[in-house]
Amino acid sequence: MLDISKVYKTFNVGTVNEKRVLKNLNLHLNKGDFVTVIGGNGAGKSTMLNMVAGVYPVDSGSITIDGIDVTKLPEHKRAQYIGRVFQDPMTGTAATMQIEENLALAARRGKPRGLKTGISKAERESYRELLKTLDLGLEDRLTSKVGLLSGGQRQALTLLMATMNNPKLLLLDEHTAALDPKTALKVLTLSAKIVEENNLTTLMITHNMNDAIKYGNRLIMMSNGRIVFDVSGEEKQKLTKADLLEKFKISAGEELASDRVLLSE
Amino acid sequence: MELISTLAKIPGALPGACAQGLIWGIMAIGLYFTYRILEVSDLTVDGSFATGGAVCIVLMLNGWNVWLALLMAFIAGMLCGLVTGLLHTTFGIPAILAGILTQLALYSINLKIIGKSNQSINVDKYDLLVSLRWVKKLALNNPLLTVVVITIVLVALFYWFFGTEMGCSIRATGSNLAMSRALGINTDRNKVLGIMVANALVATSGALLAQYQGFADVNMGRGAIVIGLASIIIGEAVFGKIFKNFALKLIAVSLGAVIYYIVVQVVITIGLDANLLKLLSAAVVAVFLAIPHLKSKYFAKPVKVVEEEGEIENA
Ligand SMILES: Nc1ncnc2c1ncn2[C@@H]1O[C@H](COP(=O)(O)OP(=O)(O)O)[C@@H](O)[C@H]1O
Ligand SMILES: [Mg+2]
Repeated sequence: MLDISKVYKTFNVGTVNEKRVLKNLNLHLNKGDFVTVIGGNGAGKSTMLNMVAGVYPVDSGSITIDGIDVTKLPEHKRAQYIGRVFQDPMTGTAATMQIEENLALAARRGKPRGLKTGISKAERESYRELLKTLDLGLEDRLTSKVGLLSGGQRQALTLLMATMNNPKLLLLDEHTAALDPKTALKVLTLSAKIVEENNLTTLMITHNMNDAIKYGNRLIMMSNGRIVFDVSGEEKQKLTKADLLEKFKISAGEELASDRVLLSE
Repeated sequence: MELISTLAKIPGALPGACAQGLIWGIMAIGLYFTYRILEVSDLTVDGSFATGGAVCIVLMLNGWNVWLALLMAFIAGMLCGLVTGLLHTTFGIPAILAGILTQLALYSINLKIIGKSNQSINVDKYDLLVSLRWVKKLALNNPLLTVVVITIVLVALFYWFFGTEMGCSIRATGSNLAMSRALGINTDRNKVLGIMVANALVATSGALLAQYQGFADVNMGRGAIVIGLASIIIGEAVFGKIFKNFALKLIAVSLGAVIYYIVVQVVITIGLDANLLKLLSAAVVAVFLAIPHLKSKYFAKPVKVVEEEGEIENA
């Protein structure tokens, strides 16, 4: 479903801030894979997702989604294949627009937008039903501005928007990191439920090792712009936090293993 | 005694002030699209306003029908916006600078269109849509009536447009760029489109003002951005609490312009040096733009955190 092949990315080329972030990155995802991604701060996890989404162009290499080479496609064109939820709850929704308008925008991802009505009556009803699945009472607030919602509500809404027309690929970048623990758990549980029910091919970055082990059928660890550990299936199920820490020490060196991100619960 | 006699002049000056305000209100609605919806500060308007006036007057002098001349002014405004939009998106120039560049270039272009710095048009010889000549007449060609009708038609048109898929995607572009791209919206194209539409309205407003005052002038748009911002700010301050619907918000902008011109008229009538007007306008707008910033900096109330167990609603 996703093929990242020999991707290199360097930021600020030719300046003192030159930063080689991805070095010959290769990754193949099968249809329906739910992959958790861990790695220290600055390992290049977000950059990998941004490359797939087309936020920045690659320096070299190629990215293919379901057999379609998207390497040269701009971000808004790739969006027809990809649903995304961001770390910052503010990023995924339009605060000044209504809940139903946000959903209607998401429903048209990848479709031409002409002079037809931006949201039809029938849609409204279907959104009411869809919002009920969140169990947050949002179905009664269709016309509320999204800016009035809490971070957790916005993140749940973004999740709905990202998955409402079954994207070929779902990218979750630490999407619960900005939420308090209880809310984070709710949103994470919801994410897993949606991914499993719709059999979505998913990349989920998390800074929480327990979550990385608990969710998904495959886990990859990144360090220094490369994938240094990749387990799936039964082997992943048997994985413990101690194993992960061990792997991390080997790949990144002792001093980096104390990185707060990897050690967080 | 003298005061009373000056004050007595004010009612007579009101129809003119209202007509000017309504005409500038159309410009302010255009500015509202860029400033409030796209969240781009577009300085093209000082130039495109005069372009609208120039195109309309010159075409009419060449025998064009007034409606066609207005349409061409509308299109000329779109082209002005296209230039700024492309400078900003395709060529990566900051929006403010892109607008300044277009505005400056338009000064030369407007001079070329008119052929000199100003050109008058005779209301007796040409079939003008609006003229100050008729502003106190109880007749169908009273400019107050004409401009009110035009404003209502434009508001209705754009109320519809911003409810379409395309219109919604333009609003989304202004609200959240990253989200818009993630949802497949071509944000660059939308910015260009929004700036074009805005300048089309600005040029139309310029075309109407040129007819109203009976001449086009290359300097007629100077300070338009400030008048537009003042109208938006006044409209929101006065009607913000009651006008929630989008169409009403646009009406509020138009009424904001009317209030602005009434205040200007009163201030001039009671004897303020007209040369100080721009200073005053700029100062008023600066104060209003500064208020939100100062409020959050010095008068921020501590936010009360309500915590309830396990409820995502309160996260
Ligand atoms: N747009 C950018 N410009 C310059 N440097 C960047 C940019 N994005 C990321 N980086 C750098 O690339 C490295 C990897 O970042 P990132 O992919 O965000 O790491 P993480 O694994 O924590 O998500 C960091 O050193 C970061 O500073
Ligand atoms: Mg990151």
